[in-house]
Amino acid sequence: MVQKESALKSFISTIPKNIFAGFVVSLIALPLGLGLAIASEAPPVAGIISSVVGGVLVAILGGSNVTITGPGNGLVVVLLGAITTLAGGDLHQGYLFTLAAIVFAGVLMLILGFLRMGSLSDFFPSSAIQGMLAAIGIGILAKQFHVMFGYITIKGSTIELLYEIPFTVYHFFVDTHNNYIAGIEGIMSLFIMVFYSKIRNRYFQLIPAPMWIVMLAVGLAYHYEYFLQQEYPVDKSLLINIPDNIVQSLAFPDFSNIFSIKFINVVLAITLISSIESLLSIKAVDKLDPQRRRSNINKDLKALGIATTISGFLGGLNVVTVIARSSVAANNGATNRSGNFFHAFFLVIFILLFQDQLCKIPLPALSAILVYTGFKLANPSNIAKVFKIGGEQLIIFMTTLLATIFFNLIIGIFSGIFITFIIHVILNKNFTLFTRNLLKPNVLMYKEDDEKNNYYVSVVNFCTFLNYSKLKAKLDQIPENEDVILDFSRCSFVDHTVMENVNDYINTFTSKGGHFEVIGLDLHGSHSEHPFALRRISATKRLASKNLTKRQKAIKNISEAFHYNYRAIQKKPFLFLENYGFFKSKNISRIKNVLSNKDTAVFDVIYTEGEFIAKQVVRSTMMHIKVNRDIPSFILDRDGLFEYIYHLAGYEDIRIKNHQDFSKRFYLSGNETKAIEELFNDELVLFFESNTYYHIEASKNGLLIVYKERLASVKEIKAMTDFGVRLQKIINQ
Amino acid sequence: MHSFDKILIGIAFSPNIIANIHEAVRLANMFNSELVCVHVGEKTPEKEAQLEEIFEKAPDLHSKKTLVFQTGNPVDVILETCNTQNIDLLILGALQKENIYKYYVGSIARILTRKAPCSVLLLIKHSVERVPCKHIVVNGLQDPRTEETIQTSFYVSQGLSCPKITIVEEVTQQEIHAKASDDVSLRKMKIEKERISNREEMRVKDILTHIPEENKNGISIKTQSIFGKRGYSIGHYARVVRADLLIMNAPNKTTILDRLFPHDMEYILSELPTDVLIVK
Repeated sequence: MVQKESALKSFISTIPKNIFAGFVVSLIALPLGLGLAIASEAPPVAGIISSVVGGVLVAILGGSNVTITGPGNGLVVVLLGAITTLAGGDLHQGYLFTLAAIVFAGVLMLILGFLRMGSLSDFFPSSAIQGMLAAIGIGILAKQFHVMFGYITIKGSTIELLYEIPFTVYHFFVDTHNNYIAGIEGIMSLFIMVFYSKIRNRYFQLIPAPMWIVMLAVGLAYHYEYFLQQEYPVDKSLLINIPDNIVQSLAFPDFSNIFSIKFINVVLAITLISSIESLLSIKAVDKLDPQRRRSNINKDLKALGIATTISGFLGGLNVVTVIARSSVAANNGATNRSGNFFHAFFLVIFILLFQDQLCKIPLPALSAILVYTGFKLANPSNIAKVFKIGGEQLIIFMTTLLATIFFNLIIGIFSGIFITFIIHVILNKNFTLFTRNLLKPNVLMYKEDDEKNNYYVSVVNFCTFLNYSKLKAKLDQIPENEDVILDFSRCSFVDHTVMENVNDYINTFTSKGGHFEVIGLDLHGSHSEHPFALRRISATKRLASKNLTKRQKAIKNISEAFHYNYRAIQKKPFLFLENYGFFKSKNISRIKNVLSNKDTAVFDVIYTEGEFIAKQVVRSTMMHIKVNRDIPSFILDRDGLFEYIYHLAGYEDIRIKNHQDFSKRFYLSGNETKAIEELFNDELVLFFESNTYYHIEASKNGLLIVYKERLASVKEIKAMTDFGVRLQKIINQ
Repeated sequence: MHSFDKILIGIAFSPNIIANIHEAVRLANMFNSELVCVHVGEKTPEKEAQLEEIFEKAPDLHSKKTLVFQTGNPVDVILETCNTQNIDLLILGALQKENIYKYYVGSIARILTRKAPCSVLLLIKHSVERVPCKHIVVNGLQDPRTEETIQTSFYVSQGLSCPKITIVEEVTQQEIHAKASDDVSLRKMKIEKERISNREEMRVKDILTHIPEENKNGISIKTQSIFGKRGYSIGHYARVVRADLLIMNAPNKTTILDRLFPHDMEYILSELPTDVLIVK
């Protein structure tokens, strides 16, 4: 009970902050809501209804923290297509049919939430999603560019609209018409959107750019009315039309068309796009949350479904989680869902109090906001970014983009998935790798049973967007303040989608005080040096050494910080390793990632055990230190695992006098009993007892320190280096 | 717990025959058991001579050896011999996929694994030279057969002088009622997991107390709980820790549906992580 009370108290104390954040967001949500609705050829109020319903319901029922909900950019293209085609060109009837589709889409989203399909967005390759978003951006831009100049009657496909752009500009500047004021307001608005972030004035920045546009446009209208005493020189058809009595003029869905193929297509497209847009946004907003909470995406999906259904019944657009508005909320200090609620609250107030003023906003000004949004989605610099990751990603991106523009969103995203899969098959020259292992489980996770209690996650076969959800399901079970080691060494192919998502995990773990490290990718080659580039194991040696992995770069950084030399590949074999019993029965095949100075070396060694069919490839990280005096050969071990080696070498168990505890915990063996007893003085025994356990072998004037029969993470390498250096000091004394 | 008093090995005159026989003789010597060699096919003097020659080169067999030649369906012949000879352990070799390091169980061996009345050892590492067995992984599922399997694994590790046994308790995801969807449920899930791990640990500890001290002597025992797909996780784990032998309970009755929707044993059989002993 006490806990509940204090939770209530802290909730109340956050309310002022959230009211403020909600207010700032509503300033953006108002013009965007109107604009998005107009861009979809729906009544302007539809966008506001969607924001209000979403803001109230998702704030009450949702599972995320600082997200803002409302009409989304991604849906504009789908909704526009639906409204203009479902009733064969009758916009009002098409709008009513589309409302029915929105109701069904909401129900589907609710079902997805109950089926815990919050991982839906993980099944899409990230380059394909990027391509789809760019196509949506181009779609919005192509249509709204004409409206921005005051031409609202131009219609056609995206390609036709793009083709018309130069003619529109030409007509605007050369022909005589009475759109000048509206068009100039549009162009000015675009300038405000573009240069808003460049103006570094605190007072100017208090009001968001879209609200400046609205205020200036309304101000201009009043200027004409009161100062110039003229009629506002913008045609009625270019002004926003908000009915006098909103409640009475609500539209209701028309369900008479629900069995046509076209309708079902629209329902599926709305469900798919709004789920993906929401899920991606929630994921992105979680990164912005100052408290780093984890959103309950399935609960949020259910809330969005309910909100979409109700919004559809009331004549509103569908409700999605939107990233731009959410990030504004987070940046203005929103701490919980009440921010979303207050944004809805202020929208209602605006609509009720400023209805007359809103009717003075010209469409071109709102279109300018959308042109800018569309351009940001389809920014050419995104293409450059995708290309940096790898040429194959650009093919995926462009395929999805073009298929979406020429056909529709559903065909677009599925052709993106298809081309990604084909590219993976071609890169690996192996089809069965994917088909055989697709349905098999491929992830193992367990808590390592030693003093550190790391989570160890191993992945086999392949890891791509096709089965990423399996890996994700395991990783999501780990609290973000723990240490995780993700081992890809048994996995022959890891794609870009996985690399990108894994990188998100690394960031989340770091920010919440945990540690997430990826090992076993050093052997995989990649064609680009981008950290998210896909990696496969069959690549040539040269390729593998050219583009360092994250781990290799980190090791290189250590080398610089601690004045070691770093080599990614050791060409000359380390002959001294043959002196150690450990390698008696093993063949060293490669040594990589060497950190060395005069008398110490830390390195990854890849060795094989056994011959022919019993051959096993093992990767391990070891440290070798030279000592400046003769020491007897010995083996120090804890599990007694290497016992057979000592017997091969004729070693005997040695017990150190006065240190029963040490003898109980460690197996120490060698043949020169006397010398070893002398070497293990109190200080050395204490050192071993109080530090992490490593398997240690000594030969004439060197020590070999072995950690585990797997590669060490960077953190472990640091610990090992420190251990080795201190051990060296003690023995050198 | 059964002791392996009689071991059966099927002989095909394949390139592997020498390694197979060496391995079988070594195992028979380690467990002090009789060796029954079955060849499905005609008895010819050449074959007999060849076998004799191989046995001569192999280490001396301490106990009795029986050679059986019989024609017929390999599955039927071997199953029949298992019954008539009272076999305790059937040794089968695994096949190898074209891409080098993957092993699977062929169709005949798969049927035998399922139908054999005795324990079955699936070998991927048979070799002429002895490869010492350093680490055994055994399942600790909650199942009536598990206690016997763990007892057998101690008997086996004494026979093979293996210094380390890890008992893996696999817990299916369904057993955890909490689902991790946000911070609160994640914390709940973590607590639930710890509770289940402790419970499983207690169960295995209880089984361990029933095992005679002389069998536990000199063996370091570890337990590890893993949350994941049953039958799959243990195989993957055995591969990660590079176990030399994986010991599992015999599967319950399987049907054609189990091949279509693989689970438990099928994961292991379709990709052997190491040598596998199935205890019946």
